[in-house]
Amino acid sequence: MIRLSPAAAAGVRDVAPVLLGVMPFGLITGVTGAAAGIDPLDMVFMSAVVYAGASQLAAISLIGASAAPWVVLLTVGLINLRFLMYSASLAPWLKRYGPGARLLVSYLLVDHTYALSVIRYAKEDESFGRRDYYLSMGVITWLQWVAMTAIGAVLGAALPDQLQLDFAVPLSFLALLVPIVTTRPALAAAVTGAALAIVLAPLPYSLGLVIATLVGVAAGTLTESAVARRAATRKARS
Amino acid sequence: MTRPEIWLLIVLSGAITFSHRASFIMLGSRLRLPPVLQRSLAYIPPAVLAAIVAPALLSNAGPSAGPFDVRLLALVGAGFVAWRSRNLMLTFVAGMLLLWALTWLLGRG
Repeated sequence: MIRLSPAAAAGVRDVAPVLLGVMPFGLITGVTGAAAGIDPLDMVFMSAVVYAGASQLAAISLIGASAAPWVVLLTVGLINLRFLMYSASLAPWLKRYGPGARLLVSYLLVDHTYALSVIRYAKEDESFGRRDYYLSMGVITWLQWVAMTAIGAVLGAALPDQLQLDFAVPLSFLALLVPIVTTRPALAAAVTGAALAIVLAPLPYSLGLVIATLVGVAAGTLTESAVARRAATRKARS
Repeated sequence: MTRPEIWLLIVLSGAITFSHRASFIMLGSRLRLPPVLQRSLAYIPPAVLAAIVAPALLSNAGPSAGPFDVRLLALVGAGFVAWRSRNLMLTFVAGMLLLWALTWLLGRG
């Protein structure tokens, strides 16, 4: 029987309800990979190595569409740029740990391990076992992700073509996209990205995707500035 | 793409992703993110996801040639479910069920 430190046990308790929510995502990613014609073993390898759902879905769809390798890498890099932000935010809390522990923390960094740990760290004092808390969540999340994509990939490969599982590819993107378009700048980014992607679709190597994304991000950032400016003028007037 | 090519692509994707994750945690205050980039980060997911899904909306009609594009209809329905529920699994299940129902009702178009 493994004995967990109190902080590690707290990590397990905190991550458990979140995992129930993210498990279907792994399953869907596995099914989508199979639908795009990617071997289940390759899917599991990707989940273990890349370990970032949305970027894996993008890579799957691009590989399925015979995009150029550099477009796949650029897209994965863009989607995962948010980890820079998480990394910057986590770094001050982990300064006291050695490079080995920090490498492991980095490898296991995903949206919810980041969110749960910074919230918890802010509430606890200096003596809290930050590393144990984080790593217990991280390891469970990783195992869950690899297992769920494996199940999804095997299931997806075994199901007959009549089920039209290739529809899983656009469907999973739509399911990720709609809930995050909640603000005007996000809407501007999405609409610009979508419109340009359609217009530029004939470009080779899925180059249109890269241009559409970059211009969409610029549109979102500019809209955010415009919204902020307008709010400032309104405030000044009243 | 051949198998070794796909594996190489996966390893490189993993390396890029890891470099983002490890950046500040490993190098600490020696790195700084420009404020403009920091603000832009929030708009990468909506832009890139929309850019991936939009061409599929128009061209993923598959072999259908009739007046009804069942895939487009199913995506619109799933989009509505996503908007109301904000639930990934529910959207996924609704989209697949809708596609099967529409295919059964309207044929492959």
